[in-house]
Amino acid sequence: MNLIAELEAEQIAALAKEIPDFSAGDTVRVGYKVTEGSRSRVQAYEGVCISRNGGAGIGASFTVRKISFGEGVERVFPLHSPNIDSITVVRRGKVRRAKLYYLRERRGKSARIVEKSNYKPKAEAKA
Amino acid sequence: MRSGVLAKKLGMTRLFLEDGRQVPVTVLQMENVQVVAQRTAEKDGYSAVQLGAGSAKAKRTSQAMRGHFAKAQVEPKRKLAEFRVSPENLIEVGAEITADHYVSGQFVDIAGTSIGKGFAGSMKRHNFGGLRASHGVSISHRSHGSTGQCQDPGKVFKGKKMAGHMGAVRVTTQNLEVVRTDAERGLIMVKGAVPGSKGGWVTIKDAVKKAAPKDLPMPAAIRAAAQEAPAEAPVEAPEGGAEE
Repeated sequence: MNLIAELEAEQIAALAKEIPDFSAGDTVRVGYKVTEGSRSRVQAYEGVCISRNGGAGIGASFTVRKISFGEGVERVFPLHSPNIDSITVVRRGKVRRAKLYYLRERRGKSARIVEKSNYKPKAEAKA
Repeated sequence: MRSGVLAKKLGMTRLFLEDGRQVPVTVLQMENVQVVAQRTAEKDGYSAVQLGAGSAKAKRTSQAMRGHFAKAQVEPKRKLAEFRVSPENLIEVGAEITADHYVSGQFVDIAGTSIGKGFAGSMKRHNFGGLRASHGVSISHRSHGSTGQCQDPGKVFKGKKMAGHMGAVRVTTQNLEVVRTDAERGLIMVKGAVPGSKGGWVTIKDAVKKAAPKDLPMPAAIRAAAQEAPAEAPVEAPEGGAEE
């Protein structure tokens, strides 16, 4: 491991975020801290994760897509941001791609994702 | 004016602040940076310190350089550089400078050798606009246009921006903010990009265009004298700060 990767691993450990095991196709609910003036609250954003980017580094991010008032909305979250309060997996999807950008051209029935019935939690993810 | 340091560029990463802001940082490493020689006004006509960094194999160091390092009683160094200092800020030969030479929040100027781009066209090298995509332009869409006037002056002026070799020159980036330092591992993290490739050597100096903070270690943060440095810093810092 080079020193940059070491520094990133240290920072991830220092942030001590609990990140569940999730991948593209899963429906996730992200609690994102929003500061309005002096007051801060947690805003929930729920949708399908259509991509994970950045691997094990500190710069990793994921994209969540949802249909809001009939309009497709995508939001990219930095995975290790202190502004992320929580990530919960609502549903595990069965997909055959790492990036689900094809969902952008689809609406309604064809944009559905079948639920994964044989999900096995990883040993380290449980701990 | 106090000494700068030599460091090696490791690469870039980012830091998350408590409020969620992300800071892009370049990580620079100081590898056993030691004073190898002094230049004094009496002997050389100017005052400076020569620093060495990294480590070189003794058998691959020339006899002359081995003698130079032996005189300073330091291990052979990979890279040497001189830094002009004011006479009261001369550092003893053999002293090792640590990364807390810089304090977070201060600004520095960093110089390195930029990444070579080879022979580059005028669009890449000088941000020229190129020619049109259509309207009769053939083959020369990325060329420069005219290079001068007519029979008078009848020549292309010297210094005309044209295609040519780009990069691999010494570049200084001014006013980079020091975000964090790690004296144990010799790391300095500065906000933003630094010229050069990973593994390249850079020189770090206090910014010439920003006022230096009051609590800078003077004349330098030295490894053995790490305990006494904070004690003497407040005494000397005001006069040092006024000069810079």
